Amino acid sequence: MSARLPSGGLIDRTRTLRFSFDGRRHEGFAGDTLAAALLADGVRLVGRSFKYHRPRGVLTAGPEEPNALVELRSGARREPNTRATVVELYDGLEAQSQNRWPSLRFDLLALNGLFSPLLGAGFYYKTFMWPSAFWEKVYEPLIRRAAGLGSLSTAPDPDHYEKATAFCDLLVVGSGPAGLMAALVAARSGARVILAEQDCLFGGRCLSERIVLGDGSAHRWVQSVVAELAATPGVRLLPRTTVVGTYDHGAYTAVERVNDHVAAPPPFEPRQRLWRIVAKRAVLAAGALERPLVFGDNDLPGVMLASAVSTYINRYAVRPGERAVLYADNDHAWATVADLRAAGAEIVAIVDPRPDARARAAVVARDAPLLTGVVRRALGGRSLQGVEVVGADGHVHRLDCDLLAMSGGWAPTLHLTSHLGAKPRWDAERSMFLPEQLPPWLLVAGAAGGELTTAAALSTGIRIAEGSLQSLGIAPRGVTPPVAGEEADAWTPLWRAPSGRGKRFIDFQNDVTTADLELAHREGFGASEHAKRYTTLGMATDQGKTSALNGLATLAAFTGKSIGEVGTTTYRPPYTPVAIGALAGHHRGPDFRPTRLTPSHEWAREQGAVFIESGAWLRAQYFPRAGETDWLPPVIREVQAVRSTVGLCDVSTLGKIELKGPDALRFIERLYANGWQTLAVGRARYGVMLREDGRVMDDGTVARLGEQHWFMTTTTANAVAVYQHMQHCHQVLWPELDVQFTSVTEQWAQFAVAGPRSRELLRRILASGEDLSNDAFPYMAAQAVTLTDGLRGRLFRLSFSGELAYEIAVPARHGDAVIRRLAAAGEDLGVVPYGIEALGVMRIEKGHVAGNELTGRTSAQQLGLGRMLSTQKDYIGARLARLPALDDPADTQLVGVRPVDVKTRLMSGAHFLPLAAPTTFEHEQGYVTSVAYSPSLGHWIALGLLKNGRHRHGERLRAVDLLRSQETEVEICEPVFIDPQGARLRG
Amino acid sequence: MRIHCPHCGPRGHDEFVHHGDAAPRRPQADAPDAAFHDYVYLRDNPAGPYRELWFHAAGCHSWLVVERDTRTHEIRSVTFARGDA
Ligand SMILES: [Zn+2]
Repeated sequence: MSARLPSGGLIDRTRTLRFSFDGRRHEGFAGDTLAAALLADGVRLVGRSFKYHRPRGVLTAGPEEPNALVELRSGARREPNTRATVVELYDGLEAQSQNRWPSLRFDLLALNGLFSPLLGAGFYYKTFMWPSAFWEKVYEPLIRRAAGLGSLSTAPDPDHYEKATAFCDLLVVGSGPAGLMAALVAARSGARVILAEQDCLFGGRCLSERIVLGDGSAHRWVQSVVAELAATPGVRLLPRTTVVGTYDHGAYTAVERVNDHVAAPPPFEPRQRLWRIVAKRAVLAAGALERPLVFGDNDLPGVMLASAVSTYINRYAVRPGERAVLYADNDHAWATVADLRAAGAEIVAIVDPRPDARARAAVVARDAPLLTGVVRRALGGRSLQGVEVVGADGHVHRLDCDLLAMSGGWAPTLHLTSHLGAKPRWDAERSMFLPEQLPPWLLVAGAAGGELTTAAALSTGIRIAEGSLQSLGIAPRGVTPPVAGEEADAWTPLWRAPSGRGKRFIDFQNDVTTADLELAHREGFGASEHAKRYTTLGMATDQGKTSALNGLATLAAFTGKSIGEVGTTTYRPPYTPVAIGALAGHHRGPDFRPTRLTPSHEWAREQGAVFIESGAWLRAQYFPRAGETDWLPPVIREVQAVRSTVGLCDVSTLGKIELKGPDALRFIERLYANGWQTLAVGRARYGVMLREDGRVMDDGTVARLGEQHWFMTTTTANAVAVYQHMQHCHQVLWPELDVQFTSVTEQWAQFAVAGPRSRELLRRILASGEDLSNDAFPYMAAQAVTLTDGLRGRLFRLSFSGELAYEIAVPARHGDAVIRRLAAAGEDLGVVPYGIEALGVMRIEKGHVAGNELTGRTSAQQLGLGRMLSTQKDYIGARLARLPALDDPADTQLVGVRPVDVKTRLMSGAHFLPLAAPTTFEHEQGYVTSVAYSPSLGHWIALGLLKNGRHRHGERLRAVDLLRSQETEVEICEPVFIDPQGARLRG
Repeated sequence: MRIHCPHCGPRGHDEFVHHGDAAPRRPQADAPDAAFHDYVYLRDNPAGPYRELWFHAAGCHSWLVVERDTRTHEIRSVTFARGDA
C-alpha cells in the first residue's frame, strides 16, 4: 500500500529510483531519504532495538534518529549504523536491517524483553561479576553477539577521502531562516562567508514546514537567497556538510559528504572531505531538536515526532499514517494537524496535557475530539494500533490509530557551543538549555539560541551577523527580512511520564527506560554523569540527541531537584558520527606519512635491496643475491666483504648540521660533553651530547672544516630533536653567542666507503692531486676534496665498522651518480653494497653504542663514555651528570656478551640472572640490548647493560627470554669483539 | 589553537612544538647543585595565565614565549624568546 501523496513535496517524480531493504525491492523518487521511501512504500518496521530487540520504526526526519539505523551498501562499502532519515536515496541502494535474528519480523532475541529485569541499569556491572575467567570466554562473546548493532566490512575501504582547509570572516552553521539571513548580511557586506548545511538542500525548517514568507512560500524565498549567495564572490556554499566540532580560537571541523548520495564516487572524486575551517567569527544557526514524550511503549513503530510527520508530508509527500493522534504540550505542534489534514489523514484526536490550551486547541481540532490529559501507553504488536489516554478527570480513553505525532517542545541544538567546555545554562522560564560563556568569536542565532519563531530567527540572524561584522571592522550592509506570519508558540512542558504498564523509553537507541533511571537513582547513581554511565543513557551513536533532556527531567523528578540543578552532561565532538576514513584522509597505508628516500635509493633498488623504515626514511636493510632467501646469508656476506675488501653504504640519513661564526667553537663546547678546543682544522672528533638532566641525548661526529666553520652529524633518529635543542640553546639560553647554523641533512649525500681496499677505491674517483696517504689524510681527517670530474665534495676518515673507512659527501643531486661511479670503479675490487643490518653487526662487533643503548635513560658513565665528560667547562648536563647516582655501581653498565655454547643464539631483550638464583624479578641484573651474528667470530655476540658490569668480565650468567621461552648461558666480556687496539682503522 | 607567530603570522598549533614553562633561567656554572635541580625538575602548573616556550618547528624555527591562559587557551601575547628577560 503506497503512502505517497499524489502531488507536492520536494521530490522529482520523473526520476524513479530502485532500492532494496532486507532483500526486498522497493522504489522511491529522487529527493527521498531512505526513511521517506520506506514509509512511502508502507514499511514501518525498520529495525530492532539494542538490548531488548523490540520492533522499531522511524522516529525523526533528521540526524538525531535513534531507531532507524541500517547497514548501508554491501561488500567492502558496507557501513553499519547509518541513519535512514539522512541517507539520500540513489538508484541501486542496498540496505539491511540490524540487530535481528533470524529476521526482522521474527526476532528470537526479542525474548530478551521477557528477561528485562536482568538487563536493567548497571547489569553489566552486576550480572557478569564472577568468575573473572567467564568474561573472556562466555560473557563478552554473548553480549557482543546479542547486542551488536550492525557489522563492519573487514575489507579495505575502496574509496578515497581528502582533507581541506578554508579560512573565512564568517562561518554560518545551518541554513534555516536565521542562517540564511546571517550569510546574506555578510555576503552583501563583502565578507568572506562559508555557509555549511548538513542537509543536501538549504533552507532548514523552510523545507519541512508550510511557512509563508513575504508574498510567497518560504521555499521560494530560500531559493532566491541561495541564488544570491551563490552569485556573490567570497561566498562558499557547503551543502551536505556537518560542522562536527568547535576548537580553540575559531577553528572548526566539518565533514562534507561529497559522494555519499551515490552508489560509488565517480573516478578521482573523494567519498567525503574533512574540512578544517578557521573563521574569525561563527554564527551557530543549527536550529532545535524536538523532544519526544515519555509514556508506556512509546517506542512502537508509528510513534513519531510531530515535526517528522510534517517533514514527511511536506518535503517528501509521504503520509506516515491514515488515522493520527496528536499528542503535544505546545501550540507549535498544531501545524502538524493541518499538514495531516492536507495529506488526507484522519485526525482521531488531539491529546494535550494543558488545561489552559483547551480553547485555542478547539479551533485546531475542529470536529476531532480534544482530550485534556496524557497518553499512558501505546498499543500494538509490531506497529501502533492505538493509544490509551488518561483524561484530566481520570477517565481512560482508548483510541484506535496507526500514527501518534508527539511533541514535547524544542531543545536548542547548542552542542557546538559546549565543545570547549562551557556548560549550557538552564532557563527555567523558557524551559530550555541555552548557550553560556560563549567565546567572543562564537555567536548563536535563531532556534539554537532559543528563538523558536521564524520571525525571531530572521531578525536574530541579521542582528548577530551585523554585530559580528562590526567587530571585524566590516561595515554591514542592510538586509530587510521578509515578513513572517504569526506562529503559535505557547508551551507548558510536560516532564513527568504517567505511571502504568509498558516500558517508558527515554533513550531509544540504548534501550534506557524511566525504570532504569529510577534504579540508578535508588542505587546511588542519580547524579547526571553517574546515571549516564550506569544506565548508558546518551552513550549510543546518537549521543542522546533525543534523550538527554528527558533523562535529566526524569532524574530531576526522582531527586526533587530542578532540571537546572541536575545539570547537563558534557557535549564533546563530534556532533554526529565521523567515519575513520574521513579522519585519516589520504594518510593511510604507505601514505600514512611522507617517505624520505636516500640519494642512492634508485640505485639500491636496482641492486635488489630490501628496504626497511627508519623513522620516515626508507633505508636499504640488506642486498640479497640470487639464491639468498633468508636475511642472514646476505648480511654475513656483506660484513665479510667489508672486513676483507670494500663495501658501500648510504649514511645520508644521519642528521647533518653546518655551523659558522666567531662563537661556533664556544657554542659546540656548551653543546657537547667533551672538549673541542684542541680540534685542528681538517680534523673530526667523536662527540657525546647530554640532556640537562645528565643523561646521554645523542652522539655523533663534529668536523672542523675552517677556523669558524664546523660540520656535525647526529643519529638518524634524533636529527630533528637535536636541531630543535640547538635552536633552544642558541635562541633561549645563549642568544649572545655569534653563531649561525642550519640543517643540511637534505643537501648532502653521504656514503661510507669501508674496508681494507677503501683507499684504493676512493683514489680512482678523486682528482689526481688528492693525497689519501696515511700521513696526509690520517684517521679522523676531514676536508674538502675534488672528484675526477671536478665535482666538489667532502671526505671524512671516519669508521663505524672498525675498518679503514671513509665517508664521502657530495651535493645530494649528485648522490646517485657518485654511488654508481663508486660501484663501477670498485668492480674489480669486489666492492659490495651493504645495508643497515651489516652496519649494525659491525658496530656491535666494535662495541659502538646506538639507539638500543642510547635510550635516553643511560648516562655516559654507564655506557663507558665517562672519561669523555669534561671537567674544564660548563655544558648542557655538566652539573647533573656529576651526581653520584649517574655512576652508581649498583646501576647497569655496558658489557659484551658471548654464549658459552657458541652454537646458541642470543636474544635481544633477554634478562641477566645468576646461574643459581631462581627466575624472579628480585634477581634480575640487567638485560641484553643488541645482538648480532658475528661472521668474524663465527657465533652470536651481544651488548648488554649489566649491574656493575665493568667489574664482572669473565662471569657466567643466564640470559633469560621469557617472551620467547629461551634461556642461554652467557659469559660477560669487554664490549669490543674485534681489533680492540683499533689497528685496522688507523692503517 | 591558533598562535600568532611574530615572524609568520597566525598559524595552527600543529605547526608548533610545546616546551613548557618559560620561567626557569639556567643557573650560572658555579651555582649550587640545588639551583640546577630546581632548574631541571621544578615547574609551576598554574590554572590561569602561563608563559611557556613554543618552537615554530614547521615554520620559521623561532622559539617563542606564548602567554596562554591554561583554563581558556586564550593567548595574550606571543614574543620571540630571544632577548626575553
Ligand atoms: Zn614562525
